[in-house]
Amino acid sequence: MTVLPEVTSPPFPPPYPTRGARFAPGDTVRVRRGAAPGHMRTPWFLRGRTGRVERICGDFANPEELAYRRDGDPARAVYRVRFTMAEVWGEAAERAQDTIDAEIFEHWLEAADAP
Amino acid sequence: MPHDHHDHFHHEGMSPSGHPFQPDNDHPLTYWQRMEIAVRELLVEKGITTAAAINAQIEKMDARTPALGAAVVARAWGDPAFKARLLADGSAAMEEMGIDPDGLKLVVVENTDEVHNVVVCTLCSCYPRNLLGLPPDWYKTRAYRSRTVREPRAVLGEFGLELAEDVRVQVHDSTADMRYLVLPRRPDGTEGWDAEALAAIVTRDCMIGVAVPQMP
Repeated sequence: MTVLPEVTSPPFPPPYPTRGARFAPGDTVRVRRGAAPGHMRTPWFLRGRTGRVERICGDFANPEELAYRRDGDPARAVYRVRFTMAEVWGEAAERAQDTIDAEIFEHWLEAADAP
Repeated sequence: MPHDHHDHFHHEGMSPSGHPFQPDNDHPLTYWQRMEIAVRELLVEKGITTAAAINAQIEKMDARTPALGAAVVARAWGDPAFKARLLADGSAAMEEMGIDPDGLKLVVVENTDEVHNVVVCTLCSCYPRNLLGLPPDWYKTRAYRSRTVREPRAVLGEFGLELAEDVRVQVHDSTADMRYLVLPRRPDGTEGWDAEALAAIVTRDCMIGVAVPQMP
């Protein structure tokens, strides 16, 4: 059962531009359970977990391309997503309502109600 | 005389002062050390860079210390308008203070009565180097990286930091392009202090979030 954090998004726009982000601050999102080979910056412990967008960081080159000397285009929107410890660690959480924020690239996120 | 008790007996392998000798680093180079030397020598040989330029870059890195971050925190404590700009765009605010972000994309997170922030990089060792210098060795250990997201209160306790029950711990995993600096709470009793006195109580660990400023 998903335990969502409360999120108060910052009252200012991201300093780094985005060409159109799919998700908005406050949206409930789930990290894809992907397991492709290669370099990626989506921690395993967050895959499949549901949290809320805290802020949009801006568009950044795709590290999965950059790692193999490609140009990283198209740049992807990066979000700071907040998760509760209860959501990430379940019963084993040290304290359920403490939170973890991580930067997740848009192509690793899906709407929480996606099948 | 501090070493009196060693005067009359010597242990095998000990220095005259009774301490073990530091072994010389005579072990063979690792694969990656050889690779680094080979690439560096080739770059110099082909005129792409020079030994002096490499050394200048190392000196530039070594010149960055937590004092830069402490100056930013002290200014934010004393100047609410600057603090607002710092929280909105950390890199622009440090540039305003004459500190070159040099590509650093800084996000400043503020400790309050309700929230305590702590920074980790579970994937590697991402750290705001342009503002704090090189990260401490423990920051890069598997223990700190794995435990801080799993049991942050236990980790903070080992650093000597016990948080109130009603404070929420907010862990920041630097997984991508941003780097994080914790803006600690300004301690009570520092009213009227100048920026230099304030900066002196802002340690590196306070800006990582594993400590809070202590009154001298």
